[in-house]
Amino acid sequence: MLKVENLKVQYGMIEAIKGISFEVGDGEIVTLIGANGAGKTTTMHAISGLVKPASGSITLDGKELTRTAPHKIVEMGLAQVPEGRRVFAQQTVEENLALGAYTRKDKDAVARDLEEVYTLFPRLKERSAQTAGTLSGGEQQMLAMGRALMAKPSIVLMDEPSMGLSPLLVSEIFRIIEEINEKGTTVLLVEQNAKRALAIADRAYVLETGVITLAGTGEELANDERVRKAYLGG
Amino acid sequence: MEFLSYLINGLGLGSVYAIIALGYTMVYGIAKMLNFAHGDVIMIGAYVAFFALTNFGLPLIPAVLLSVIVCTVLGVTIERLAYKPLRQASSLSVLITAIGVSYFLQNGAQLLWSSATKVFPAVISNGSLNIGSLQISYLTLITICVCILVMAALTLFINRTSTGRAMRACSEDKGAAALMGINVNFIISVTFAIGSGLAAIASVLLCSTYPSVFPTLGAMPGIKAFTAAVFGGIGSIPGAFLGGLLLGVIEILAKAYISTQLSDAIVFAVLIVVLLIKPTGLLGRKLSEKV
Ligand SMILES: Nc1ncnc2c1ncn2[C@@H]1O[C@H](COP(=O)(O)OP(=O)(O)OP(=O)(O)O)[C@@H](O)[C@H]1O
Ligand SMILES: [Mg+2]
Repeated sequence: MLKVENLKVQYGMIEAIKGISFEVGDGEIVTLIGANGAGKTTTMHAISGLVKPASGSITLDGKELTRTAPHKIVEMGLAQVPEGRRVFAQQTVEENLALGAYTRKDKDAVARDLEEVYTLFPRLKERSAQTAGTLSGGEQQMLAMGRALMAKPSIVLMDEPSMGLSPLLVSEIFRIIEEINEKGTTVLLVEQNAKRALAIADRAYVLETGVITLAGTGEELANDERVRKAYLGG
Repeated sequence: MEFLSYLINGLGLGSVYAIIALGYTMVYGIAKMLNFAHGDVIMIGAYVAFFALTNFGLPLIPAVLLSVIVCTVLGVTIERLAYKPLRQASSLSVLITAIGVSYFLQNGAQLLWSSATKVFPAVISNGSLNIGSLQISYLTLITICVCILVMAALTLFINRTSTGRAMRACSEDKGAAALMGINVNFIISVTFAIGSGLAAIASVLLCSTYPSVFPTLGAMPGIKAFTAAVFGGIGSIPGAFLGGLLLGVIEILAKAYISTQLSDAIVFAVLIVVLLIKPTGLLGRKLSEKV
């Protein structure tokens, strides 16, 4: 279980996250929705150790992450699909996937997981020798997701995986997120596409300028008047 | 025949530049900084090899190994103590720190070993290979071979090993690399270790050609190799190789056919022209665009 308590993050004088608490239970899909600049990415970065929180605690199965180096956090079973994909443009698809499994020593299991990722994303298999920079946006997103799965995480964080994709691809991405979850991986999903995110989420939180203002099940929030007004277009 | 012999000598000198340039280019590619103290690591390497050969009476290979070990440790230590605390600082602060480290090493060497020039022993055979009227010294041949070996080994390492792949990942995006579970600080240390170890090898080749050891010996080859790295495209490993070789050849040909005094000016003039035409250097690519 991932537990965030009283998390505060500052960039210089600006407090981007003002003391938020939430949790993600094993096997759940939890989504964090919020407008531009609400602090979603900052929260994700804090969990993965890319930014140091000013205060508060983040624990994964009881172990404190705020004092842990980012690469150790990956070893503990937490992977992230970062905002904007951030694939390694000059390396091939296959090399990107191998980098996802960087911390793993079990070669046979890695080879099996590579096949599994290729089954989940057949397009990646076709393009395995191509450099990632030449992939389309949708393919890059699939690569970023596949790469995170190669770490064999118990929980995966996804930061706006549907950003900039065509409606058809968005549906495909959300279907895959559900499939990943059904196979046993916990998902913390950040989205601006609140409608789709709430539809697949077990639970959801609304983040507004660094504060969590609402929490509930995906269904509750999807039917909440304030959420409908602010995030679902009426 | 004369031209051919100048060309080969140029490749020999260029090989030394190329090996040094690899240190600049790898550190730039991964740590995104100009390590101005790199030339002074060569100087330390030269002193270590000198003492190993003369005072300790070690044979060539163990002396080179000792120099490589000392320089590797020195390079990693410099990075840890001087540059690592500045990871978040502006590149100007890092540059000034690197210049400071450079002075520290030069003055330290002067304090320890005085500024008097020491004569590096002729440990690499000074014979030569004669093909018709063409005469190539064994030293030049060995230098070129070492450069090719270094280049091949490094290319294999970067392209085929998991650590090499991690280095390439760090050069593209350190944040994303960390999200893969890569220990970015460790990769930066490895980069400094390789660059500094290569500097030690270069120092022995350099001092076998120009056998004087003194505290500022690294400055000029350092600047030339840095130029070579920029020339080839800083951050690019084949670029450092190509840039180093071309620079050596241009320098020797300029010395032979134009003017000994002007040769350095000509080298830099060529650099400026290349950068005007192709600002990223011969083999450099534009920084990858962020989505
Ligand atoms: N590196 C940084 N330095 C200073 N301020 C930052 C930095 N990164 C983010 N911020 C600020 O912190 C706040 C939260 O940003 P964050 O990127 O977490 O928002 P977000 O919810 O992910 O937005 P989006 O939906 O646009 O991705 C914003 O006001 C932003 O300007
Ligand atoms: Mg964001």
